[in-house]
Amino acid sequence: MDLNLDAPHSMGTTIIGVTYNGGVVLGADSRTSTGMYVANRASDKITQLTDNVYVCRSGSAADSQVVSDYVRYFLHQHTIQQGQPATVKVSANLIRMLAYNNKNMLQTGLIVGGWDKYEGGKIYGIPLGGTVVEQPFAIGGSGSSYLYGFFDQAWKEDMTKEEAEQLVVKAVSLAIARDGASGGVVRTVIINSEGVTRNFYPGDKLQLWHEELEPQNSLLDILNAAGPEPMAM
Amino acid sequence: MSQSAVDVPPKGGFSFDLCKRNDMLTQKGLKAPSFLKTGTTIVGLIFKDGVILGADTRATEGPIVADKNCEKIHYMAPNIYCCGAGTAADTEAVTDMVSSQLRLHRYQTSRDSRVITALTLLKKHLFSYQGHVSAALVLGGVDITGPHLHTIYPHGSTDTLPFATMGSGSLAAMSVFEAKYKEGLTRDEGIKLVAEAICSGIFNDLGSGSNVDICVITKGNKEYLRNYMEPNPRTYVSSKGYSFTKKTEVLLTKITPLLERVEITEVGEAMEE
Repeated sequence: MDLNLDAPHSMGTTIIGVTYNGGVVLGADSRTSTGMYVANRASDKITQLTDNVYVCRSGSAADSQVVSDYVRYFLHQHTIQQGQPATVKVSANLIRMLAYNNKNMLQTGLIVGGWDKYEGGKIYGIPLGGTVVEQPFAIGGSGSSYLYGFFDQAWKEDMTKEEAEQLVVKAVSLAIARDGASGGVVRTVIINSEGVTRNFYPGDKLQLWHEELEPQNSLLDILNAAGPEPMAM
Repeated sequence: MSQSAVDVPPKGGFSFDLCKRNDMLTQKGLKAPSFLKTGTTIVGLIFKDGVILGADTRATEGPIVADKNCEKIHYMAPNIYCCGAGTAADTEAVTDMVSSQLRLHRYQTSRDSRVITALTLLKKHLFSYQGHVSAALVLGGVDITGPHLHTIYPHGSTDTLPFATMGSGSLAAMSVFEAKYKEGLTRDEGIKLVAEAICSGIFNDLGSGSNVDICVITKGNKEYLRNYMEPNPRTYVSSKGYSFTKKTEVLLTKITPLLERVEITEVGEAMEE
């Protein structure tokens, strides 16, 4: 089995962004892979751009890190020039400018989400190629293939904060179960008028799906488990 | 689309034309010259008071061991060290370059260097070369904001971790870390774990071997333990020594270190016209 450790660092990934009444919830898994090896099992794919805007990164790790670094820098200057927090639309547009103008060189899909006082909570999906689409919810990464049907059925307008976060955690957990390139922990970021809340759900605390087994430490535990009592006459 | 007859001047930046040519030649069957690679096991971990970096000391050129005792832990700043895996020339060059940039930055800002500065300089450089600079690095240090440990991949992506391994022996070393690492290790426990992880790489990976180098960085202090462990001594040394053919005239050679012969004079008056 060739692990191909020289392959570029890619984030197989499942990333999700969902709006609710009052803000947005962003969610992601935490696996970064180099070929078939997991280079980082606890990475943070939800990166801060400004106090009120975050971006979920997928695709090439290097490309997405560089793009979000540049946009964070531009937004910092923009915030100083404007004298007020940047809007989600502006952030998404800056990402889109970089993604579209360098479309031949970059391989990264991003989901921008945040809250501003003009439009409230907004999610913008920016897939490969540099399109920018404003959506009530967005999914991305290799694990998202398994979630299209799930979201068609499970997403509804005007969810509460708790419902939205539960939906995101459930969705990422389902994708992790089926996608080899997604795994690790589930990270969520909730952004609303009050601020930003980061949450963390370890992989072994998630609900078990079809054919998933309880984690065991080793086969020895099962083999050494006490057998049935000998029959008493 | 209109066809332009005007020659557009080149945009600047690195030109990848020769890289494309090399790829084309390899596809046609040309065997590329082999580079001196550090097959390597490099590791880093964060312990209670700081960071411990470890590395093996084998440098390979294809199947041959070119250097049995090379140094893979490079100096970046008094409080920052960097282990390098991949093409030896690339790791040396990139760490030297960033080390000198950090020094100039220290002079300019009158402050100790921060690990995140080294990280940003390295990742910017490696990304601009799109992975052709084959340097995979484990960067660790302690600065005013605390202990930090990062991994940097040849394409320019970085990760921040409490324990990290890189190189061909990374899987062997990572298995040791995943089994035994916990937060809040003491200095001795940390060194023991790092040595164990490197040994795992040395004995189970063909690209790693020879000795274990360790570097312990804490707040305000660093210890570079070169050849901390030597688990591969030379077992059979001929007791007869070397013999030359009878016609050879062996002259006695004596090496005098020049340092002894240099006289340091007092700093004289500045020259005046």
